This record gives sequence, structure tokens and C-alpha cells, in this order.
Amino acid sequence: MFATTVQKESWHIVSALVENKPGVLFRVTNLFRARSFNIESITVGSTEQQDLSRMTITTNSDEKTLDQLVKQLRKLIDVIEVKVLDTDKTVYRELALIKIRAVDPTTRSEIVNYATIFRGNILDIGKETITVEITGTPDKIDAFKNLVEHYGIAQLSRTGVSALPRGGVES
Amino acid sequence: MTGAKALIQALEKEGVDVVFGLPGGANLPIYDALVDANFRHILVRHEQSAAHMADGYARIKRKAGVCFATSGPGATNLITGIATAYADSSPIVAVTGQVPLAMIGKDAFQETDIIGVANPCTKYSFQPRAAAEIPEMIKKAVYIAESGRPGPVLVDIPKDVQQATADMKFPELIKVRGYNPNVEADLSEMARAVELLLNAERPIIMAGGGVILSGAFSELQALAELVKIPVVTTFKGKGAFPENHPLAMGPIGMHGHAEANKIIVEADCIVAVGARFSDRSVGKFDEFGKGMSIIHLDIDPAEIGKNKSVDVALVGDVKSSLRTLVKMFSKKMIKKDSDNPWLKRRKELIQYYAETLKDYPREITAKKSLKKLRELLPANAIVTTEVGQCQMWASLHFDVITPGTFFSSTGLGTMGFGFPASIGAKAAKPNVPVVDIAGDGSFNMTENSLAVSVLDKLPVIVFLMNNYMLGMVAQWQRTFYNRRYSGVHQHNCPDYVKIADAYGAQGIRAESMHELDKAIKAALKSDVATVIDIPIDPEEDVYPFVAPGTGLKDMIVGA
Repeated sequence: MFATTVQKESWHIVSALVENKPGVLFRVTNLFRARSFNIESITVGSTEQQDLSRMTITTNSDEKTLDQLVKQLRKLIDVIEVKVLDTDKTVYRELALIKIRAVDPTTRSEIVNYATIFRGNILDIGKETITVEITGTPDKIDAFKNLVEHYGIAQLSRTGVSALPRGGVES
Repeated sequence: MTGAKALIQALEKEGVDVVFGLPGGANLPIYDALVDANFRHILVRHEQSAAHMADGYARIKRKAGVCFATSGPGATNLITGIATAYADSSPIVAVTGQVPLAMIGKDAFQETDIIGVANPCTKYSFQPRAAAEIPEMIKKAVYIAESGRPGPVLVDIPKDVQQATADMKFPELIKVRGYNPNVEADLSEMARAVELLLNAERPIIMAGGGVILSGAFSELQALAELVKIPVVTTFKGKGAFPENHPLAMGPIGMHGHAEANKIIVEADCIVAVGARFSDRSVGKFDEFGKGMSIIHLDIDPAEIGKNKSVDVALVGDVKSSLRTLVKMFSKKMIKKDSDNPWLKRRKELIQYYAETLKDYPREITAKKSLKKLRELLPANAIVTTEVGQCQMWASLHFDVITPGTFFSSTGLGTMGFGFPASIGAKAAKPNVPVVDIAGDGSFNMTENSLAVSVLDKLPVIVFLMNNYMLGMVAQWQRTFYNRRYSGVHQHNCPDYVKIADAYGAQGIRAESMHELDKAIKAALKSDVATVIDIPIDPEEDVYPFVAPGTGLKDMIVGA
């Protein structure tokens, strides 16, 4: 009914410093749900300050939605600071654990080779599967996943992106 | 000292003079401590009304209203009232009892995760885990509720935390990291706003609820008079500007004044003051403000660009932003005389619609009744409304003369709001007449507050325009569903004069304008609540009407 001009969506990393106390993650995710913000990943963890946590949120949004997402986040009382990170000036990584079906020796050695090329680690080898750890940008993880998909992925777990701005000492 | 006593003392220290509430198992310790409180407790008949009373109190007192409820159903009954306050940025502090800490998460009797339930409609919420946390939490709750863009705050106190004793420290100063409500508008943006406004040929002010919340009445008037700009309001902003002022145009929106809807479409520059461009006010977002420049003053940065992209944004308390704008304008030479074509257009539109809009052909109508009410009420009387046709008629036909004396559930549109809210307003200002402009469907929902009005000696006037119909729904069914009425008839039930009588209030039926005149005069003299039952024809519709999803220019002025 209230169609607005369609804007181009692009990928953004939003970094938020929040109070390290119960209920904060709930308030943030509830806000996203209530306002229909589409989130690709969200990670929360401790920071250099004991009473603060850092949330890293990745989202495919147009500029207008991103602007609202940031402003609505800032409005939350438990949120201390919000920044949209410039991906060119940011180090960001994601970790993925991928359990791949691998029974015959050829498949097994191929997977080990690919993992080496992607600087991954073999974490576990079972009778029918190999579990690989890959760390990198989400693109790199996607590339590895695409490469091994045809063997059959038994299970996959991604952490979502964690990020910090390059250089400087500011939070 | 126990946690419960600390709660009462903390509220006393915040200057709380009345609390609206209802006890139950999980807030018994609080009610025990309440016996020794130096403020008044008003016992409600349903918790929803407690929240509405706190809300009505807050809107008139312009400080936090407080309500109490027990855990579980008591707390969930508050939710409609909390959501109403949230939608209208009204500062209330709701204190709920909760099951003891050890029982939380065990699906205990009357346990609800009320913090979770209330999250989307509270500005913030607290749950003390130790009694010693209570004094600071209460101070923070009041501070957060009242400051910045106001809103409801929930404090959920487990029963054992109410009972536990601790050495209490009542802080004088508190700081909430991550909450910075006091922002000042950017001066360079101010200069741009002044430029835009000076160059505009057809400027208009659109005053919203933010003007009322910040009490920026004289500042708004000064700006309008200095630059000679006509003033429309949103419905929430109704009464931000005296509606009998030579620059006033009344509310815009779905059931706005025809001349207001018309003039804002013709404007070339809109100064939106403390308004959020809601769909009910502006119609279709994309169409509104097309080809015009928009200057947006608001305390909430998240409102900038939310529904409408603007040319200049002045983030800050609108009172201080308006004051700065007035100062900047005072230094400019303003050529605009009161005879300019734009102001002439204003008069022309008002006159045109005064002659064009037809009155509903009946001896007693909503419009005539409300004009009569205005005639007999003092200018400083406080008026609130129920929700539905009665509310929109109030918007159209009842002029607010003293700024800040009108409020309504404008955002959430909560039926049942007006009556308890009027009692809250009366508690805030006992010496001023308070009127709830009501319809029967809405009044029905919280009419048991008549007991509160009578027993607590808070005599308000229920101005009941009664068509025994869920009238607004019926109007939409008439307009959009080919008169296929569904679920709207009240079948002459109940008899509202007898209802009033049953509670010890005064019930008067007014079937002619003469009887209405007498009834209003009797109500103004009464020391108990009065319900004036005014039979209204169920076919009397509210016009003008901007259908949902259309623009203000598509306004339908009559049947």
C-alpha cells in the first residue's frame, strides 16, 4: 500500500558496543524483528572492557534501511555506540565448521588438499566424514563450501562475522 | 529496610503524589508498604485502566504517571495501556510484582515473562535481582520515562526482592551510559532552515505531539506569528496551537479538517515540529510533500527519514529549536505582510469549506453537540476522547483554545482509553473540568472506572455520543463493504443512565439541544461523575475522509 522507491541493497557490517548484561541481545534482536530489519548474521562477545560486549551485525540493506537500523539501535538504552564499518578499512573474519561426507580415499585426499589451499584445519576424521575449519571472509567460506558441496555436506556451522576497524586505537 | 519500602520511598523522593493500581499475590509486600506511603493510591477495577489513568495523569502533569499491578494476568492487563503510552510517547512507570527469583522460569502460578512481553512497547525495563538495587532503578525509571522522547518504563520486582531487607542508598544523581536525551540542534542546519523558510512562498507549520510534550506552545506561536505562517497540526498535535488563532487551520489527516488537508497539499515548504509523519496524518507517504521542501524538528533522531526524507533536520528538543529559530528570524527583515496571497488563500479555503460542508440533517448531531460543549466549557477545561467516530468528531468539531488541554489515544487508537485517562487527568488537575468525549462502544470497555471516579471523588464528564454501534467500523462497512454490517450492532444495550446510577454517578439523557444544554450545565456543577447519554443517528458519518492508502488530495468531503 505504501510502496517506496526501491533502493539498491548492499552488504554492510554494523558494529555495536553494548552493555554486557542479561537481556541486551534480546532487546536488539527483538528490535530487528519488530521493524523487519533483515539480518544476515549477528555475533556477540566480550571486549577489552569487562562491562561491554561487542555485537557485529551483517545485513543486506539499502541505505535508507541501514540508516534506520543504526538509528533505532542507537536509541536502545543498553547500546552505547553504533558504527557502520567501511569494509575497505575493516578487518573482518568468520569461522566455519564443515562436516563433509568422505568415504573413499580419493575424496578424502581431495578434501585435505582443498583445506590446505584454503588454509583450513582438519579437526576430525571419522569413518564417513571429515570436519574442516575454515576462517576468512564470508566470501572465502562460500567459495570453499561451493567447492566441496558435491561430496555432500553432512553438517555446517558458521559463526557469523566478527570485525574491527583497521589501525588506530579508537573503539 | 525492605525492597517494598524502598520502592515507596524512592517514589516519594521522585515527587509522586498518586499511584493507580490493583493488588495481587506477587505485589502484596508493595501493598503492605503502601499503607504508610505519603502519596495517594487509587484502586482500579482493571489494570488496563490503571495504565490509562497513569497515562492521562502524565499527559496533563507532564511528569511520569505511576501504576502498580501484580504478576501474570495483572501485568498482562497493563500491556494495552503501556502500548498506548508507548505509541503516544507518554511517560509512565509501571511497577509489576513478579514471582520469587527461584520460581522464575518454572512456569509458576501467575508467572509471565512480562519484560519479554512488554519489550516492544516499553522504552526500557528493569528487574531488580536484589533489594538494594531498587532505589537507583526507580530513579532511573522515572528519568528515562520523562526525558528525551518520553515513554513507558517497566519495573518488574520479584516478590522475594520486595521482601528482602538491605541497607538502602538513595542516589541524588544517576547516569545512564548509552542514553543521551539532551541534544541541541545544529546551528548551521538552523541557518539552512531559516533560508528555506524565508524563500518559501507558501510555507506551513505542521505541529505534532512533540510540541505538547515539550510544552513549546509560546515558542510555536511566536514563530508562526513572526513569519506569518498558517499552522496545521497532526491529530496528536491537536491543541498545540490555539484553534481559534487567526493562523490556525486545525488537524490534517484521515479525518482532518478539509481546509487543513487542502492547504498542506498546496504548500511549498513544510515545517514539521515534533511530528512523525504517521500514515493517519499524511496519507500515502510517497505522495505527501512531493515538490515541497520539508524542515523536520524532532527530539528523536530515529524519526528523521523514517517515513519521509527531509531537506533539513533539526534534532533536539523542539522548544529550544523553536526558540533559536525565533531568535534568528527576529534579526531578519520579514517583508511578509498579513495580506499576502498565501494568507488570503487560507481564509478562502476556510470560507469555502464552511459554506460547502453540509450538516447532517437532524435536530441533535455529533457536530452540534460538540459545538455546544465547547460553548459551555471554560477554555482551560481538559478534554480527552475515546476512540472511533467520537474521537474524529472531537477532532473536527471541538476547538481547543488553551494549548495542551486536549489529548487522545492517537497512535495506538485504544478503545477504552478516554474514560480512565480522564480520571488520571482529573487527579493531575482536580480544579479543572475534565471531559471524556465518548462513544458507546469505546466507553463500554472501561466503564467500570465509574466506581473509581465516584469513590475517589474524581468527577469527570462522560460526553457519550451514543449510536449503539461500533460506529467507525459501521462507517467503513457502509463505505467499503456495500453496507454489509458485521459485528457492529449494540442493540440498545446497556442503558447508560442506569449504568451511571448503579455506580452512584449521575446519568442524564439528552435528546434535544435544549436538554443537552441543561445536562452539560448540570454536569459542570456535579460533584460526582456525570454520564451524558446523547442519542446519535447511527447513519451520521465522519467527513471529510481520506481513505487508507490514498493521498490527502484525494480527500472525500461528504457522502
